[in-house]
Amino acid sequence: MIKVRIWGSLQKATNNNEYVEVEAENFKQLLDNLCLKHPELKPQISRGVSVAIDGIIYKNSWFTPIKPESEVVLMPYMVGG
Amino acid sequence: MSPLDNSYERKFKVIGTKPPRPDGIEKVTGKAQYGADLYVPNMLFSKILRSPHPHAKILSIDISEAEKLNGVKAIITSKDFKNYSGNKPNDTLLNCIAHEKVLYDGHCVAAVAALTNSIAKTAIKLIKVEYEILPHVTDVDEAMKLDAPVVNKGYVLENVPSGYSENVTSYYEFGHGDLSKGFNNAELIVERTFKTEAAHQGYIEPHACLASMTSDGKADLWCCTQGHYNVRAVCADIMGMESSQLRVTASEIGGGFGGKTCIFIEPIALALSLKSGKPVKLVMNRDEVFKASGPTVSTSMDVKIGMTSKGIITAAEASLRYQGGAYPNGTVEMGAQSAFAAYDLKAVITKGWNVLTNRPKQAAYRAPGAPQAIYAVESVIDELCQKLSLDPLDTRIKNAAKKGTLSSYGPTFDDIGLLATLEAAKKHPHYSAPLKENQGRGLSCGFWFNFGGDTCVTLNVNFDGTIGVTEGNPDIGGSRASISQMAAEELGVSYEKVRTIIADTNSLGHNEVTDGSRVTFAVGLATIKAARAAIKEMCRRASLIWGIDEDAVRWENGSAIPAGPNAGEFEPMTIEEIAAMSSETGGPIAGHHEVNAEGAGVSFGVHLADVEVDKETGSTKVLKYTVFQDAGKAIHPSYVEGQMQGGAVQGIGWALNEEYIYGDDGRLQNSGFLDYRIPVASDLPMIETVILEIPNPGHPYGVRGVGETPIVPPLAAINNAVSRATNIRFSELPLSPPKILSAIKHKVKDD
Repeated sequence: MIKVRIWGSLQKATNNNEYVEVEAENFKQLLDNLCLKHPELKPQISRGVSVAIDGIIYKNSWFTPIKPESEVVLMPYMVGG
Repeated sequence: MSPLDNSYERKFKVIGTKPPRPDGIEKVTGKAQYGADLYVPNMLFSKILRSPHPHAKILSIDISEAEKLNGVKAIITSKDFKNYSGNKPNDTLLNCIAHEKVLYDGHCVAAVAALTNSIAKTAIKLIKVEYEILPHVTDVDEAMKLDAPVVNKGYVLENVPSGYSENVTSYYEFGHGDLSKGFNNAELIVERTFKTEAAHQGYIEPHACLASMTSDGKADLWCCTQGHYNVRAVCADIMGMESSQLRVTASEIGGGFGGKTCIFIEPIALALSLKSGKPVKLVMNRDEVFKASGPTVSTSMDVKIGMTSKGIITAAEASLRYQGGAYPNGTVEMGAQSAFAAYDLKAVITKGWNVLTNRPKQAAYRAPGAPQAIYAVESVIDELCQKLSLDPLDTRIKNAAKKGTLSSYGPTFDDIGLLATLEAAKKHPHYSAPLKENQGRGLSCGFWFNFGGDTCVTLNVNFDGTIGVTEGNPDIGGSRASISQMAAEELGVSYEKVRTIIADTNSLGHNEVTDGSRVTFAVGLATIKAARAAIKEMCRRASLIWGIDEDAVRWENGSAIPAGPNAGEFEPMTIEEIAAMSSETGGPIAGHHEVNAEGAGVSFGVHLADVEVDKETGSTKVLKYTVFQDAGKAIHPSYVEGQMQGGAVQGIGWALNEEYIYGDDGRLQNSGFLDYRIPVASDLPMIETVILEIPNPGHPYGVRGVGETPIVPPLAAINNAVSRATNIRFSELPLSPPKILSAIKHKVKDD
């Protein structure tokens, strides 16, 4: 199981839980399973999210592996100029 | 992501040198081809009719008189765009040309293509538009109120709490810890409200393009942009074309800074070309650039920070309200995540609201959203230091985020360069230089995320052993030089042997926009990989010639050599020799690499500013300015320095003078460089730079993005310097002379 940290305003979609747990071995499985387990996350995930895995922010690399002990944080999709 | 390799520890030969810029001669001799410089046979010239109202219904558009004008070849309105994605116009198209309603002063209503510019100008004056004027709102706080005029319906996301108007489109909250406990532990709490106005990127080259569509559905588009692949994707969607049929070529670019990541005129030119059957050129004038391209958000922000008397931050809270014009934007979440990133905080909450107003849709401007939020936070920290008689640099060092800090935006930091940057500032003579009366020193930290993204590079070994690198990111900050340097370094050839060009969209796979400080990081990474692929192939060719195993050959100093004593005795075979035999040994030699680059690594900077305020006039002179920033590895130190200086100067302009001024009528009052004053060289001292190199493990050479972070600290550094020079705390930007003078007069009166 991967423990995922959800940002403050998004916690409404996880019954106000800051952390949720899902089965996942990579970025894509993480997002797919988050949507299955917490359907209210789906609108935000569909619009785009980044995922920080052990401090490194990934925008959309589906097959980035995630280890069970990894620190995983959901973040808004990165934009820049 | 594990490090790609540890080669950043190696001794570089080309990396870190400062070769002449490859575009220098063309630019200084006027030969560089910018967006408006292309002319083709039978080309038409076009002009846009823009709304004089900030908010109005379009009741009718009568083009009959304009059509009769001799030389007019095509006129379009929104009705000429049939192929909407999902039968609904997308935001980009609606922003390019108004449909049913105009949403800001300068919104495009119609466009004309004609034989000459003069005819096109005359024709747009003959178009009659009947409007029903609607109430408007341009201020962010006003736009959030329940009774505010609704700018654009249907954009409110599910995350917006109740109690706001429909102009509030999204809401974000980040942070951790127990705020009330933190504030209870504070010995001093400062809470202030700040405002910043929208600023424009101020690129010297206006938006320009030339579109040529054929009747069989193919098109060529030349334009100045930071991302021609994005232009292709969006325009193909709008025009109902397949991507392969639209070839987009990026011109040389006269500044972008985030403002040319968006699309403002290209679909108009394509539609005019389709309708007229001729190539159509469309060039914005400066008034149009200000009114109808994308400035930054304007903001209203509340910041509250608690501190102990020894300078430990006990709690921090920020509420950020960003207006981004008439269409939704995603800026406040970047500001909210950046606001407190520099600090190791036990209790921190940042909230952010994105808001619609009757202004042009905002665009990115180097680290979008971060300069404003960090301006507010760093100003309050400075005030706390002043009130508690604490050294502002020592206090920041005491609270600085470091490896293991739970960041205010969520993840735990790995190796970051903030402490090293602060310590470099502390040791620098600037920090201890004496100040005179009416002078003040300001300091601010800055932060930006940086990212990588989709990148595709081809590296060709020409038959004479020289190298052609083809990449797909418009060069807005010297990337052609840094990419050539990385190719040369990897191949073991001189910089002069390499030429890097920017390909059109049909010549290379997809490349993400030049943004997010991504190019030297991501394109550099792909170039190194492409060079390694070419090296592998050249070693294979040498092995064929020598009749030995491929694994028995390695690459050193631009030559293939036997890998060890057992491989046999052969003289090194140079790249020129291998290239010359390309045809005979299997054909042309090239290396390719395609990647969605991740692992860009965050970046921190610290700026020191000394100013002198003239109490008679309220004007501020910047006396001394030093930028400290971690570049990971400076590939071409002059360009890194240029990025740091450029960001600082733009931030100084934003802090002191630059602002969008709207009248009560909702119209922009200062849409020209005479009334919107950007700093010029004579306004500023030499911006000194200190480049730190703390390698980013996500890049083979340790590169980190450097382009955006330097615009983040100047707003607060200048504000803090002016506040200390005048002993008045300011909380609105820009710090223009009338604003400072008024505050000084009030202070004298109060005293």
